[in-house]
Amino acid sequence: MNLDARIPSGPIDKAWDKAKFEMKLVNPANKRKYEIIVVGSGLAGASAAATLAELGYNVKCFCFQDSPRRAHSIAAQGGINAAKNYQNDGDSIYRLFYDTVKGGDFRAREANVYRLAQISVNIIDQCVAQGVPFAREYGGTLANRSFGGAQVSRTFYARGQTGQQLLLGAYQALERQVDAGRVKMMPRAEMLDLVVVNGRARGIVTRDLVTGAIESHAADAVVLGTGGYGNVYYLSTNAKGSNCTAIWRAYKRGAAFANPCFTQIHPTCIPVSGNYQSKLTLMSESLRNDGRIWVPLAKGDKRAPNEIPEAERDYYLERRYPSFGNLVPRDVASRNAKAVCDEGRGVGEHGLGVYLDFADAIKRLGRAVIEERYGNLFEMYERITDEDPYKVPMRIYPAIHYTMGGLWVDYQLMSTIPGLFVIGEANFSDHGANRLGASALMQGLSDGYFIVPYTIGNYLASERFEKVEPAQAEFLAVQDQVAQRTRRLLNAKGSRTVDSFHRELGKIVWDDCGMSRNAAALTEALGKIRALREEYWRDVKVLGAAEEINQSLEKAGRVADFFELAELMCLDALDRDESCGGHFREEHQTADGEALRDDQRFSYVAAWEYAGPDQPPVLHKEPLMFEYVHPSQRSYK
Amino acid sequence: MKLIFHIWRQPARNKPGRMVRYEHANLNPDMSMLEALDVLNEDLILKGEEPVVFEHDCREGICGSCGFMINGIAHGPLPKTTVCQLTLRHFRDGEELVLEPWRARAFPVLKDLMVDRSAFDRIIAAGGYISIPAGSAPDGNDILVAKDDSDRAMDAAACIGCGACVAACPNASASLFTAAKISHLGLLPQGQPERDSRALRMVKTMNAESFGQCTNIGECEAVCPKGIRLEVIARMNHDFIGASWRAR
Repeated sequence: MNLDARIPSGPIDKAWDKAKFEMKLVNPANKRKYEIIVVGSGLAGASAAATLAELGYNVKCFCFQDSPRRAHSIAAQGGINAAKNYQNDGDSIYRLFYDTVKGGDFRAREANVYRLAQISVNIIDQCVAQGVPFAREYGGTLANRSFGGAQVSRTFYARGQTGQQLLLGAYQALERQVDAGRVKMMPRAEMLDLVVVNGRARGIVTRDLVTGAIESHAADAVVLGTGGYGNVYYLSTNAKGSNCTAIWRAYKRGAAFANPCFTQIHPTCIPVSGNYQSKLTLMSESLRNDGRIWVPLAKGDKRAPNEIPEAERDYYLERRYPSFGNLVPRDVASRNAKAVCDEGRGVGEHGLGVYLDFADAIKRLGRAVIEERYGNLFEMYERITDEDPYKVPMRIYPAIHYTMGGLWVDYQLMSTIPGLFVIGEANFSDHGANRLGASALMQGLSDGYFIVPYTIGNYLASERFEKVEPAQAEFLAVQDQVAQRTRRLLNAKGSRTVDSFHRELGKIVWDDCGMSRNAAALTEALGKIRALREEYWRDVKVLGAAEEINQSLEKAGRVADFFELAELMCLDALDRDESCGGHFREEHQTADGEALRDDQRFSYVAAWEYAGPDQPPVLHKEPLMFEYVHPSQRSYK
Repeated sequence: MKLIFHIWRQPARNKPGRMVRYEHANLNPDMSMLEALDVLNEDLILKGEEPVVFEHDCREGICGSCGFMINGIAHGPLPKTTVCQLTLRHFRDGEELVLEPWRARAFPVLKDLMVDRSAFDRIIAAGGYISIPAGSAPDGNDILVAKDDSDRAMDAAACIGCGACVAACPNASASLFTAAKISHLGLLPQGQPERDSRALRMVKTMNAESFGQCTNIGECEAVCPKGIRLEVIARMNHDFIGASWRAR
């Protein structure tokens, strides 16, 4: 397997310009002769589909939801970073680049991150021009806030609904192209496999979620913007439909999967309340700007929070990290929450929670200011928990939120299968072992509006394409495999529901490959996952037929893929015998419990190649060089 | 906690449907309405009965996927709350709840509580955007927007496209939805060049999609989970009439 990242040579600040200049161009008159498939309609997918169509390509865009506007990017709350330095507080492209490489614990590719920081400024311009109603100052300029571990105010936001507004901007751009006839939108269609012809990605096989029809779609290039795989944990902050099927099937067709064990646990979610729970709700970490996190000093202190005097509270983040305090990066905040709960100082009914207290902020700024900043989040919290956070501190606990791992891509965002491009959370590219807050939206839109539209042109102009038809053998063979798999799930006629398996799988992955990991537990998890997967195929119960709306069948296919992915995550976590970012191996920590990297042995991207059913996958390593930001022990003290 | 559900079951788009009664005793007041349906569905599957189909995704009240009528009210009794965020503590133990899909000619039922809302996408495609190809934007701060305008645009832009407004309206009008987008973009300087054509085309498309007309009843505003105000419809009418006049 060839892992050439195609990073341009020369100074990093000129790399993207150089790459763009060296790219081959498609003649404007010829663009309409190319077909491009985009799977997913979130920030990455919708922006890519719209932009490719603006350039003149013929685009088909697929999403499993009833409308492209539902994609899970819509739920992002806090904001989007950009190195605009509008606040005159010392921000720059270089600083955003530096923060992102460091925040990712030196496991990201420098050139990609630099490009992301450069493009960040164009994204804001684009979104403002589209009419995204970003927060404004009274003079009419754009407002910013500091967010999740940054010491400059570079985050742009639209109340607590930034993801929604950015997605609607991209969705509207997409609908404009639908109206112009340049995008054919295919909602309620789920990609179930990738079709590779003569070594190149040439199409996909989908299931129409209304009629159940299995269909083939041919193209000259395929773009996956299908999001992350956090739902492998069952309980996560992802939407219920978010899944790994598209990227997993691409992996099984030859696309390398990079760093699957790099998952992000978000520190501020509403704690689990019962075993019926279907998902976890994130509270934006912008809350950490004004909220103070604490637990009682004494173990098992069951008093109500307001009855615990100041002297008997432990503001543990402020104590341990005086310079960053409550704003330490997500992995550090999450791990510390787990540590205090493991000590028996957690709060709430199950002891799995810490307080996020706004009493001081309300005293200092007044209720009106807090309401303006966080009103909708406070309302949401109250709706779910029936507690008023203006009066009682919120209870929060970490939950899986984002996956930094994903399909391996080179600098041009192409996977190891020529013609298969992967964008947004679905790829592994920019966040290393830990993503900084407000960077996911930035990456999705950067990939979709400003990178893949160029690099696809380069690919198309560099190759000659033979005509492919959905009726040809390669497509029919894949269609057949997809149909067989569907039948197998329906014919198991076992005794357990899909959800009951998914819940059990999620518990294994959360316990053994979640916030902290060790070799013994990971090895054991591998055995448990394999056993449960076998039971799944034997004993799952899916009612109904293939030729109709069948939500259990949809879930069943996704969960089958989660089983296989969970195994790869554990293998990767075992292989990476160091701690870095969100991957915390208990065997490797400093004396005071911080993650201990091993740059000598692990400064690489782990890219796994599928080797066939029941064969161990093959590990390939892309070495990481740091020429600009020198790896150091992250310190937020 | 126990609830008695009467749920609309319809196997497919052009098949007849009927109400079916389900009694469920193993519920918890902290559950959301959708989690109650999850639990009901798990039981149904184990009994060999097909689970109830309902649309949902983010379960945080922002994606707009979920929604059905609970005792005749779109999204149920709690104001500004989608069914995914509606917890059972707002109901009495033993209460009877009638769950029905959105009812509107423009939203045909696909199965059980799931309807086809693609007409909304077609309304947006008819001008619910600002034409600005990627790469051609000026610097963000070159466009100054008064904070009040920006805030009011954001109020309108908060629409999640769930369709409750249509379901609640006795005329099945999509005016609140359409007007929210017209207002969001019409309030901003970036939206001015296409303001007239946007109002004309979106209203025309809304009418062509067999939604009814607005007669200022206000049911839409009452059920909107995002609190979109009726005043956006006045703004839409203003823009539409002005644009029609100028387009003569």
